Amino acid sequence: MTTTGTDTHRGSPTCLPIRSDMDLMWIRQEVRRLATEAQFSLVQQTKLVTAASELARNTLVHGGGGHMEATVLNEGVHTAVRLVFADSGPGIADVDQAMSDGYTSGGGLGLGLGGARRLVHDFRLDSEPGRGTTITVVMWHGGVPPTRQAI
Amino acid sequence: MWLPQAHVPVLRLDDVLLVAIQGDLQDKNAERLQYDVLRHIADNPATGVVIDISSVEVVDSFLGRVLAEIAAGAGLLAAQTIVAGMRPTVAITLVELGLTLTGLRTALDVQSALRMLREHPAPAAREHGERGAYDNDRD
Repeated sequence: MTTTGTDTHRGSPTCLPIRSDMDLMWIRQEVRRLATEAQFSLVQQTKLVTAASELARNTLVHGGGGHMEATVLNEGVHTAVRLVFADSGPGIADVDQAMSDGYTSGGGLGLGLGGARRLVHDFRLDSEPGRGTTITVVMWHGGVPPTRQAI
Repeated sequence: MWLPQAHVPVLRLDDVLLVAIQGDLQDKNAERLQYDVLRHIADNPATGVVIDISSVEVVDSFLGRVLAEIAAGAGLLAAQTIVAGMRPTVAITLVELGLTLTGLRTALDVQSALRMLREHPAPAAREHGERGAYDNDRD
C-alpha cells in the first residue's frame, strides 16, 4: 500500500510459521535481515532479534504454535520494523500478570513478555481467553518519530 | 553471517573443557550441549569449563538459562564455568531484558578465562578483572 503525506508506506509483509524450535531460528534470521534492511544499528538489531526470539518462543510454547508477520514501515525519513506474532491458543486471562517479570506458566524464566516489551518501542498485546493471542511490536530506526505515538 | 550450528563440540585442554558456540543454536542443541558438558566432566574430571560465546549474536532468555544451568551443573561436579567473549550488543540486550545471570563468571575472552581458572581455581565472585554477574536490572 502506498499513500502520501505522513501516512506509512509498508513493504510487502513476510509471513513465517512458528511450529518448532527450528522455526525460531528462521524467525531470528528473517528479523535480522529486515533490521539490517531498515539500517538499524547493531544494538537495535540485537534487541529486535532477541525480542522476536522471546515472542516467537512464547507463541510456540504457550500458544501452541502460530505465525509471525514482519513488515518494514517507512514514514518520511523514518524506518521501522513491525512484527506481529499470532496464535490461536488458550489466550491470556490476566495480561498484567503475564507481563510482569518472574511470572511464568511454563518452564522459562518468566522474562519473555515483559523483557521483550522493554527491548522495543511499541508493544501491543491483544488476547482473549479461548481466542488466542496477538502481539504486535514496532522498532524504529533511531527512535520513535515525534509525529507518531503508536502503530 | 547467519549459520545454524547443529552440534557443539566439547574440547579438552588438560583439565579444562572448552566449548565454542558458533552461530545460532536450535533449542534442542543447546539442551544437548548442557548434557554433553556434564557427561564429559563425569567421564573424565575437569576443574574448569570455558564457554566461548564471541560468535553468538543473540542470547535470549532460553540460551541464557541454559548457560546458567551448565554452570550450575558443572559446579555440582566440582568444575567452574566461565562464559567468555560476550559481545557488547548482547550484554546491553541482556541487561534490558532483565536477565539475571547470577553466579555466572564471565571473562572478556578465552585467554582471560583460562588465566582466571589457573590463577583463581577456587570459586570467588567479583574478582579483579572479572565481570560480575548481573544483578537485578529490571525496571
